[in-house]
Amino acid sequence: MAIWIHEESRVLIQGITGNQGMFHGEKMLEYGTNLVGGVTPGKGGQEVHGVPVYNTMKEAISETDADASVIYVPPRFAGAAIIEAADAFHAVKGEGVVVCITEGIPTLDMVKAVDHVGRLAGIRLIGPNCPGIITPGDGGGCKIGIMPGHIHAKGRIGIVSKSGTLTYEAVGQAMSIDEGQSTCLGIGGDPVNGTGFIDCLAAFEADPQTEAIIMIGEIGGTAEEEAAAWAKENCTKPIVGFVAGATAPPGKRMGHAGAIIAGGKGTAAEKFAAFEAAGIACARDPSEIGAVLLESLKAAGLR
Amino acid sequence: MNIHEYQGKQLFREAGVKVLDGVHCTSVEQALAAYDELGSRIVAVKSQIHAGGRGKGSLYDPASGGLIMEGGVKIAFDRNEVETYAQNILGNRLVTIQTGAEGKIVNHLYIEAGCAIAHEYYLALLVDREEKSVLIMASTEGGVDIEDVAKNTPEALHKVWVNPRDGLLDGQKSDLATDLGLSGVAHTSFVEMIGELYSTFLSNDCAMIEINPLVRSEDDEIIALDAKIGFDSNAAFRHPEWEGLRDRAEEDAAEIRAQEAGLSYVNLDGNIGCLVNGAGLAMATMDVIKLYGGEPANFLDVGGGATEEQVEIAFSIIMEDPSVKGILVNIFGGIMRCDIIARGVIAATESLNLSVPLVVRLAGTNVEQGRAILAESTLNIHSVEDLAEGAQKMVALIGGGA
Repeated sequence: MAIWIHEESRVLIQGITGNQGMFHGEKMLEYGTNLVGGVTPGKGGQEVHGVPVYNTMKEAISETDADASVIYVPPRFAGAAIIEAADAFHAVKGEGVVVCITEGIPTLDMVKAVDHVGRLAGIRLIGPNCPGIITPGDGGGCKIGIMPGHIHAKGRIGIVSKSGTLTYEAVGQAMSIDEGQSTCLGIGGDPVNGTGFIDCLAAFEADPQTEAIIMIGEIGGTAEEEAAAWAKENCTKPIVGFVAGATAPPGKRMGHAGAIIAGGKGTAAEKFAAFEAAGIACARDPSEIGAVLLESLKAAGLR
Repeated sequence: MNIHEYQGKQLFREAGVKVLDGVHCTSVEQALAAYDELGSRIVAVKSQIHAGGRGKGSLYDPASGGLIMEGGVKIAFDRNEVETYAQNILGNRLVTIQTGAEGKIVNHLYIEAGCAIAHEYYLALLVDREEKSVLIMASTEGGVDIEDVAKNTPEALHKVWVNPRDGLLDGQKSDLATDLGLSGVAHTSFVEMIGELYSTFLSNDCAMIEINPLVRSEDDEIIALDAKIGFDSNAAFRHPEWEGLRDRAEEDAAEIRAQEAGLSYVNLDGNIGCLVNGAGLAMATMDVIKLYGGEPANFLDVGGGATEEQVEIAFSIIMEDPSVKGILVNIFGGIMRCDIIARGVIAATESLNLSVPLVVRLAGTNVEQGRAILAESTLNIHSVEDLAEGAQKMVALIGGGA
């Protein structure tokens, strides 16, 4: 089952003729992603990695019956690319998943894009400023984004994180106790994004393949606190949590645009406390996520 | 990116948001000329730094550390007082609740005409990340810290969320003015002002505008007595004019250098340098160092696809901090291959003549080759398998915590 994308999902790349799109398109194909085409305005009719390039998303979806798209376009065009993808999926199929990898999109562009997507039923935006989403399969799978495919294996752990490399770390930790993943995704480190923690928890809770969840937050905002409160009421599956930034000084942006403790709010201490209050098993050190996950699985009778 | 109050007020002026007459100065002579030019008997002499709490801050002699004056914003009642205050402020160190103990040297002054104040309000515009829209916050309790207002008198704080498609509606403007207890001319003046301010927020890609206080004058005009403006750095590509508003003296030199090299760096107080790929992992690395009794000297994210050259710049930036006694490298190779990172680390170590111990944790793509390259090196490099081991090793090597 997995969430939102499955092994056979049909995927488009927006910005397929650019450096990033070209490079990651190849990696996605190598992993076994069902890449069906790409879009670059003005480059329609060409071919990249053996798949056709279209001028518009609407044309691309109509021709390929794609289920999802991934955006690798530069920040100044990314907001418009999200809106184009959302409109096209909505018009042609009434549903679709839009994954935006791009880092550095102006916040007000995202305010506009997220509002736009929110008005279109059936459209899910993941990101921006994220590693993407991957559903490992039996030999290959569907990888939509920039994560290293080979570290994953199919299994029963759902992983959601605000950070890229920390997601890989969590995957590595799960693999260290021989646990594969149902779906792993990054929701991104920007202050304004699409899919949030609660959407992911709800989907993992409903997904029969997922039996336990790893949730990784970081300083800034209150999304972790809200997710913890939601999980307490609604999640029956064990959750393991970690929050990055316990040592971050207030008022300083730590790499991600959204990773900032502002006005004393958004500290790691508050987030860990909210996790613990919701019964989430916390690792204080990412190297311990595997051990904490093992304990949680045992306590739930899953090991 | 933040700008000074005097620059913010110029933006307000251009946008039609009412401010008092004022002159930006960098010397005592200019301050006196500004006083003569303004023709207002009473003026405010305001320190310009990128931090709040200036009024309640203290000025110190940067050489002797001696206290010079309490208050970084002073009301001068005559020309002599302007001279005294300007002398006490310029070139001295202003320490406020937001600057930290080291404070900031004041290089800029703003001399502003006085006005007869009937009431002070608080007003801010920012992006609310939970509601994913622009939030306007206003309070009848101006001049005080907004966190205190939110805590002590939440009923005095009014919030308006702006739908990005509809924009700020006339009804919202009017209701907010009414909520602040405004009527008549002041009500009209506020409604006009808030509309202009919202447009300014959008057209300048602001991350925040804070006016504390916004005042109602005795003749019922609404005037911005303060202007704290921050821009969204992600939008810099469409605002070439920001370069002219930037005050590099307000920024950390190492942070600027890192930024120019495409790295993300924040200087901290500890003695263990960190070089990591990914912001989340970089924060986690600092946290784990602390967990095992050490103190991180910095946050440094080399990004997802760092080159050998960037790795070398990263090392040189870390080593510029004299308190660094050791460096912990933590790379989870995804797109980035561990063998390339290992070669980059060795090249940088050699070319920079690195004398402090180096602990390197590699994971992910081509990790075996990467570790083999490090093992062959005769340099002072300790290769470890996981982050906890790396942090413990580093703390042991430098002989305990900071």
